[in-house]
Amino acid sequence: MIVELGHFCLVLACLLSLLMVVVPALGLWRGQSSLMTMATTLAAGMFVFTLLSFLALVQAFVVSDFSVGYVARNSNTLLPLQYKVSAVWGAHEGSFLLWTLVMSFWTVMVAGFSKPLSQDMRTRVLIVMAGLSFGFYLFLILTSNPFERTLPFYPSEGADLNPLLQDFGLIIHPPLLYMGYVGLAVPFAFAIASLWGNTLDVSWARWSRPWTNVAWAFLTMGITLGSWWAYYELGWGGWWFWDAVENASFMPWLIATALVHSLAATEKRGVFKSWTVLLAIFGFSFSLLGAFLVRSGVLTSVHAFAVDAERGLAILWFLAIVIGCSLLLYSARAWNLRSNITFSATSRENLILGNNLILTISALVVLLGTLYPLGYEAFTGGAKISIGPPYFNAVFVPLMLPLLALMALSATSRWWKTDRQTLLKGKPVTLGIAVAASIGLTLMLPNPNLWVIAIGSLSIWIVLGLVQALAYQVRNKQDKMLALFQRPMSFYAMLVGHTGIAVSALGIVAAVTLSEEVDLRMTPGSEARVDVYDVKFFGTTAVQGPNYVADQGRIEIRRDSTLVTTLFPEKRRYLASNSVMTEAAIEARFLGDLYVALGEPLSEGAWAVRVHIKPFVRWIWFGGLMIALSGMMSVFDQRYRSRKRRVSPETSDSGELEVAHG
Amino acid sequence: MKFGVMKPHRRNQLLLIFVLVLGLGLALTFTLRALDSNINLFYAPAEIKNGQTPIGKRIRAGGMVKAKSVRRAPDSLEVHFAVTDLKGSDFEVRYTGILPDLFREGQGVVATGTLGRDGVFSAEEILAKHDEKYMPPEVAMVIEGAEPAGATTL
Repeated sequence: MIVELGHFCLVLACLLSLLMVVVPALGLWRGQSSLMTMATTLAAGMFVFTLLSFLALVQAFVVSDFSVGYVARNSNTLLPLQYKVSAVWGAHEGSFLLWTLVMSFWTVMVAGFSKPLSQDMRTRVLIVMAGLSFGFYLFLILTSNPFERTLPFYPSEGADLNPLLQDFGLIIHPPLLYMGYVGLAVPFAFAIASLWGNTLDVSWARWSRPWTNVAWAFLTMGITLGSWWAYYELGWGGWWFWDAVENASFMPWLIATALVHSLAATEKRGVFKSWTVLLAIFGFSFSLLGAFLVRSGVLTSVHAFAVDAERGLAILWFLAIVIGCSLLLYSARAWNLRSNITFSATSRENLILGNNLILTISALVVLLGTLYPLGYEAFTGGAKISIGPPYFNAVFVPLMLPLLALMALSATSRWWKTDRQTLLKGKPVTLGIAVAASIGLTLMLPNPNLWVIAIGSLSIWIVLGLVQALAYQVRNKQDKMLALFQRPMSFYAMLVGHTGIAVSALGIVAAVTLSEEVDLRMTPGSEARVDVYDVKFFGTTAVQGPNYVADQGRIEIRRDSTLVTTLFPEKRRYLASNSVMTEAAIEARFLGDLYVALGEPLSEGAWAVRVHIKPFVRWIWFGGLMIALSGMMSVFDQRYRSRKRRVSPETSDSGELEVAHG
Repeated sequence: MKFGVMKPHRRNQLLLIFVLVLGLGLALTFTLRALDSNINLFYAPAEIKNGQTPIGKRIRAGGMVKAKSVRRAPDSLEVHFAVTDLKGSDFEVRYTGILPDLFREGQGVVATGTLGRDGVFSAEEILAKHDEKYMPPEVAMVIEGAEPAGATTL
């Protein structure tokens, strides 16, 4: 009964989204504000009914109602409760229900927090959001209904959730990622609404900026956690595979990162207006493309979702309509948009331009590598190819070097007019220090190499630039603490975000070039030397989990005969699906991880054992979380809290030029 | 028009176009070169058996792991197994290391590596899957039409 109610609520939410397009549009056409204000109520209704529908599915999982096909395929009575709940988004249908829930959440948030916006603009934004929601609801109800019953013959026991997904990572990774993906619909809606209303002034940039930053922060967090999850749960210690599905989340991130920066320039200085609109359109389009790649199964991926050509086609149509309509509108309204605002070659505007150029090109080369196999197959009549990680590393890494250099220059840059002397002041000195420090630190490593020196120098240079920017804030100030407190939050957001990039870059280059990986055949009692560590294997014992049995190995790791740690990696066999899973054991430390995993049992009690030494690997995710934090911080900037809108964006910039703001 | 007397925004535009062209050109060159050297073509068991496969070039190959063909070396992590299209063609794979959890006889597999002169495929990587129900599209193509007992259908 509750399941039927859930289905009913979903249909109702779908109808509400349609009404939310039609009624306010009618109001807009007739100029009746009473009809326009209905959008808020409809948004609230849409969210409430989607939430109810979602909770109904959660309930079906909690009580193990296997008459619902989706529950039977993805749950089991032995599944621990927290995984029963997270199993709701463990496969296609339920995860798309989560997607629509997130969409309706963003819609109701926009409806609630955009009251000061002019009514016409606000109504247009909400209509666009509602239109997108309607498409998602239709897709969900028509092609992927999670409430479908398999009466009268239903299984008495469920097939269980894929063991890989029975993990803390799955509980939080998809919701965060979806908050990011779907959140990009907000700047998209703002961009379309201002194109539609021909109100492409600076206020749309100010309004969509906090939303963009938050969505981008969620996307960053989702990707970071996904990478961490792959590292410890896939069992083999890799944290990025350039897999099609990973790329699907990375491309919108690259575009959104460009958007976050170009929105700052548009809001602050009124430049790059039409470009920013284009980025907003493409950011969300890349999200949809990601959804298509993940769910259609057109590409070979380690993230195999249910493969269904019909669903893939439906998303492709949706994508085509969204991109087609947006670009049509764009070409009609924005192509001749000009801003007669000048800036010098060494200004912050130009640095942001460089940032946008590099990030967009990066997104395009990732797109090329991701879609190339599809194109190749189509043109050669079915020849299957794959593009390996070497391609992505070869094109992506060289692009990142100038980006890091730009970032190092940017901290002390100024809007509008910056002469070369101001921009480069102190930079040769800090670069010298960075290179010297990097070479010094690298020489202490057992195997120094050029990549570590290059990325290390640039990262240290970035941090020194940030310190320099911080110093500029307090120089000539009487009360230096007060001066620091008075800096806007967005300055500190930039500080944290750019530091995060430096930290991640260091982590990546160290983990890639300094990692030690060996696969060993170990009999109980045998010992092996890996790097500076002595690894001793003590055999395995059988242990019993709630829904699995496991062989648990005991491995002691010593350095110079002092015990560093004892690790207990497991090889689990899940009872319901009879599938085998590797559970790695990790000693996580600030300067590097010790990672052991059991391969397979060999003859005479021996096991295949994988031992990894991963220096600095944690820095990758720590940096990622700092980047995400910066997106959240920027929202708490003073100017978003004041209810009054500023008269003109130019006034804030006309006085003393702000250093490192936004 | 001389560069020296250009208005600042004109100069900026010129600079912009210059940077754009340069950046795009560089990126394109890099990208195409990298793409060219990193295409891994997929070959089916029949193609390998008939000698249509380049020797010593990095390729991908796949099919189903043949029943009762997995042999482990007694003192190392070297493993040999046969990959079949279930229609009578198969080839031998050699791999050193730990196999993915879902590797099993009778399961679909895609390996990346090189084919040796002796006809043995040296794999550097065996595709790991997330889901037992999932079948890589390449493998589905390879076994299309074969109808042995227990074969997974899409």
